[in-house]
Amino acid sequence: MLLQGKRTWVYPKPPVIIATGTVVGPDEGEGPLASDFDLVHPDLEVGQPSWEKSERVLLEQASDIALQHAKLSKDKLSFFVGGDLMNQIISNSFAARTLGAPYLGVFGACSTSMESLAVASLMVASGAGEYVMAGTCSHNCTAEKQFRYPTEYGSQKPPTAQYTVTGAGASIVSGEGDGPVITAATVGKIMDLGIKDPFNMGAAMAPAAVDTIQGHFQDTGREPGYYDLIVTGDLAGVGHPIATEMLRRNGVPIEQTIFHDCGLMIYDVDKQKVQAGGSGCACSAVVTYGHLLKRIRKGELKRILVVATGALLSPLSYQQGESIPCIAHAVAIEAQNSNRQGGAVQ
Amino acid sequence: MMPYVWAFVVGGAICVIGQLMFDVIKLTPAHTMATLVVAGAVMDAFGWYDPLVEFAGAGATVPITSFGNSLVHGALTELTQVGGIGVITGIFHVTSAGVSAAIIFSFLAALVVRPKG
Amino acid sequence: MAEKSAGRGTKSYKPVSMSSKEYQAFAKAREPSRSVWTNCLKAFLVGGLICTIGQGVQQFFMAVFDMSAREAGNPTVAIMILLSVILTSMGVYDKIAQWAGAGSAVPVTGFANSMASAAIEHRSEGLVLGVGSNMFKLAGSVIVFGVVAAFVIGIIFWVFGIGAWHATTG
Repeated sequence: MLLQGKRTWVYPKPPVIIATGTVVGPDEGEGPLASDFDLVHPDLEVGQPSWEKSERVLLEQASDIALQHAKLSKDKLSFFVGGDLMNQIISNSFAARTLGAPYLGVFGACSTSMESLAVASLMVASGAGEYVMAGTCSHNCTAEKQFRYPTEYGSQKPPTAQYTVTGAGASIVSGEGDGPVITAATVGKIMDLGIKDPFNMGAAMAPAAVDTIQGHFQDTGREPGYYDLIVTGDLAGVGHPIATEMLRRNGVPIEQTIFHDCGLMIYDVDKQKVQAGGSGCACSAVVTYGHLLKRIRKGELKRILVVATGALLSPLSYQQGESIPCIAHAVAIEAQNSNRQGGAVQ
Repeated sequence: MMPYVWAFVVGGAICVIGQLMFDVIKLTPAHTMATLVVAGAVMDAFGWYDPLVEFAGAGATVPITSFGNSLVHGALTELTQVGGIGVITGIFHVTSAGVSAAIIFSFLAALVVRPKG
Repeated sequence: MAEKSAGRGTKSYKPVSMSSKEYQAFAKAREPSRSVWTNCLKAFLVGGLICTIGQGVQQFFMAVFDMSAREAGNPTVAIMILLSVILTSMGVYDKIAQWAGAGSAVPVTGFANSMASAAIEHRSEGLVLGVGSNMFKLAGSVIVFGVVAAFVIGIIFWVFGIGAWHATTG
């Protein structure tokens, strides 16, 4: 039985992230993590006639890079699991058409990065797949076009707004190989505390992150200090302090570890015009697959918990006056040689 | 010189009202613009917009409130000339230039440029 | 479950138990405030500047083509719209707007920007389904509410027979 507690999968033989691929756009290329990404595009178009095609190409390139790093051919992939923000997750479905691998589309808005990685790790751990790819992508302009206004429309963004990351991240999970391992994954439940403002997603998503983090510790018996770093997906400048305060109020000793947020790490929030920080499926995907896994491979980090957050609204639900349902999925990633005493085996 | 000063002051002031609707009442741009247009229309019904145009020139004709004013003007002018049906036929009488220009220029722009992001 | 391991044990934290009302107040208290005064000043400056440019265009038509102020209104609006569409096409109107807020949204140039930006953005869905269907996606509400308001006002004037004095003032 992989299930431990209520909603956490703990792997006795942890699946390995054998390779990753990350591709980003120009704004991320000007951010502090630029050197950690495999490919930085100087423009948003990526040589494509529409924003939607640009987004798809980002994911195709990220998955190609991951396959190259793993020295695998496409037909070796058992499954591809992925999703994105576009209606009917078209970016992933079209990229899966190119990839040709058996495909499971998933949707968790910006939490899709860890949702797909959790599903991929479960498939590998249960013997359902040999090489499973998890991928996700987002594009600033497709997100603006679908969720907000045309990109050239002059609207003033409030300071609580977040800037959708242009990029894509893909990882290949396998039972054997070198690389960081996935020791546990906690599936989130919907939290909706009535926030309705689509320009304040951080505040809407913070309770979901708190709930999943607490659920993870309860199920695994771990404490924050077990991890060198806990990152939330894209709570950014407004949501992250709220989550920190809620965790403290609930008695979680979050100060035992470093608690950060991918949306605050990917940009220089003070200098770049990104309001509260980054968001989008690609935000936690490229920060985790590019920056954090590199730090694990270098030995700078041993154990991290990535808590990707997602706001599951649609323009229609917002216009009909509904509040924003949110979710967060957590995946524990550790160095292969890290002391896993008690980490998984009961 | 004074027409420019008053155009600046009055036009700027109308924009400040719009900004307060954004930031204080937290209306979306669409709600703000729709409200301002209706406000312009109502002001004209009371006969208050024309004096503002006399006074501020482009400061009153360039903001979107002027659009509501012109719609009412068209309807009422036609009403006095041809009777009740004029309310329908006259609405776009004055605003044709603005709406047509916006449609045509926007269409042409869409033919030749792509969004920059 | 894992109480044998050192430093670990089954934790019981307080669950996330705030009611939506409590949380909304909690989150609101932690929301960065919008700099209303700065934003108003910027809106005033840019909005005023756009209207001053409009005044200049109007004076030009009055001086060169010997038009009355009222006659010059239409060509002035057309020129302002053209300028806005050009700036939108160059990809700078949205940059100005992030700074200017209502200062660039309230003038007729903002109306033109809402149409041009939608038309340009949806060109990728074709001329009819993209440009044609989406051009009024944002500007439509302005036209609808303006026309409905003008209609209601017109009907009121008609019913009460008070149209005559008004039209002469215009």
